[in-house]
Amino acid sequence: MFRQASRLVSRSITAKSTTNRAFSTEVPSTIDSSFVEAWKKVAPNMDPPQTPSSFMKPRPSTASSIPTKLTVNFVLPYASELSGKEVDMVIIPATTGQMGVLPGHVPTIAELKPGIMSVHEGTDIKKYFVSSGFAFLHANSVADIIAVEAVPLENIDASQVQKGLAEFTQKLASATTDLEKAEAQIGVEVHSAMNAALSG
Amino acid sequence: MASSAAVPFWRAAGMTYITYSNICANLVRNCLKEPFKAEALSREKVHFSISKWADGKPEKPILRSDTPGV
Repeated sequence: MFRQASRLVSRSITAKSTTNRAFSTEVPSTIDSSFVEAWKKVAPNMDPPQTPSSFMKPRPSTASSIPTKLTVNFVLPYASELSGKEVDMVIIPATTGQMGVLPGHVPTIAELKPGIMSVHEGTDIKKYFVSSGFAFLHANSVADIIAVEAVPLENIDASQVQKGLAEFTQKLASATTDLEKAEAQIGVEVHSAMNAALSG
Repeated sequence: MASSAAVPFWRAAGMTYITYSNICANLVRNCLKEPFKAEALSREKVHFSISKWADGKPEKPILRSDTPGV
């Protein structure tokens, strides 16, 4: 099976290299002029149709020098917590560990685990407990962080966290099917993370 | 041919990311302090009705609602 692999891989690479598609930031926003002329010949009184890209704001381009501030967009399904806020640094709870994001960070997509996200602006640090989500770090020092649920640490009730932790640890010990084990494991992880967040 | 990526434990147990994420969010919501907990739970209430179609006609709808009595 693998004898064909190298041939297949090289075939697909050469096919891709001939069609060199531009990134969306490089495509000029003007519409194709030959199409517009052909349109005007056929329907001189109607405006040529708009394309979706003409309604979109162009993506901010990557600056040649590293910007001094990171622009953070932190959104939840029901609210936009931070929108276009300029900060010095954010620390996000990625599955690979706490990740510090400074302006000029390498473009990354990080899956988040339950944990604390902190936004640093001068001497101000704002902390949120994030249940899970993703962080998209772009080349132009814009960070899009999306979470399903994010609460300030003061809103978490420590006694309920302890109760939940005990309950799920017990469920993990007594779980039979794979699915039950996974659910109990998730419970233990989330509650331990909340516990650590409250005490740390 | 074994899979090369290490899958997370929930994926190995047959759960999708969305299910995992929703379970995490529900657990966090249940551990909130009082006024926030009530707000969060009321925000997450759902109310919908599903009906299967057969022969071009809808069958009896199933109503799923978190607001009692509706």
